[in-house]
Amino acid sequence: MNAFWIATIGTSVIAFGLKYSGHSVPERWLSHPKIQRINALIPIALLSALVAVQSFSEKSQLMIDQRLVGVSVAMIALFLKAPFPVVVLSAAVSSAAVYRWL
Amino acid sequence: MPLSALGFIRHNVRVSKVASTTLRDSLSVSLTVGAYGVAFGAAAVANGFTVLQSCLLSLLTFSGASQFAVIGVLGAGGSAISGIATASLLGVRNALYGVIMAPRLKVSGLTRVVAAQITIDESTAVALGQESRGIDAMRKGFWYTGIGVFVFWNLFTLAGALGAQAMGDIRAFGLDSAVPAAFLGLVWPRLTGKFERILAVSCALFAIAMTPILPAGLPIIATAFIAIVIGLKR
Repeated sequence: MNAFWIATIGTSVIAFGLKYSGHSVPERWLSHPKIQRINALIPIALLSALVAVQSFSEKSQLMIDQRLVGVSVAMIALFLKAPFPVVVLSAAVSSAAVYRWL
Repeated sequence: MPLSALGFIRHNVRVSKVASTTLRDSLSVSLTVGAYGVAFGAAAVANGFTVLQSCLLSLLTFSGASQFAVIGVLGAGGSAISGIATASLLGVRNALYGVIMAPRLKVSGLTRVVAAQITIDESTAVALGQESRGIDAMRKGFWYTGIGVFVFWNLFTLAGALGAQAMGDIRAFGLDSAVPAAFLGLVWPRLTGKFERILAVSCALFAIAMTPILPAGLPIIATAFIAIVIGLKR
């Protein structure tokens, strides 16, 4: 069995183990108000970090490219209360346009 | 028409409107993110994985960041252990999502196994995005998005792996911007007050600042701990 197979199977087993362990934490652990509060804050933190990292980095390098335009257009669409598909599509179209013409 | 019947109709109209909004959110995320599978399939094959291994990673690991991490490390000549370790660090995020989703889904047995497998960024984010529409919409958002992304992600992985380099440049179609835009659209409704907005901006800046320093994925996980610390103090 070569490294590629070990990596494929090992990654998959641990990935599922992590997912399943999250679902198996006893519910009473989550009834504490502080845990509830943390549960509400975590998605804000992670989603904001994901937006930033996926907009301004390539692997471990920071960069500014067409994605800045795409995400800025998405933000304008959100300020204008556009529906979700419009937000995503406007980002894709504006980003592709900048990428093709620059 | 009796008043109760009118109420019943109003209720159903409202419910079907909720369901269609949730379905719309789920489908747009599923298609956008799923299409990214092309990039993964192509990158995996280009980095030395077989088509079968690429498809198994999408079926079994089913977590984009972890998958990209493991093929990146091995493609750059890293060991299987370091590839698995990097991918698993990124997968810790999904355990946190499981903790968030479990009390809302309330499932057990085989259903929990399936729910665990589709517990990823997108299914959790869409579910939480439906919070104001009630628990039923949250559950629907989770299942529609999780299954939708799973189907499209795997189909597109196969297409990308088979087509490999010939598939071309995802940036020319704006897919590289569509994914962060989707995440932005999902976090937006949650930024209800000044505190939430400050937290969001701080976490975004923190993740950017840490990106050149920490291994890929860690800046994102680290912000979860910021949220935990703030939540404990308040």
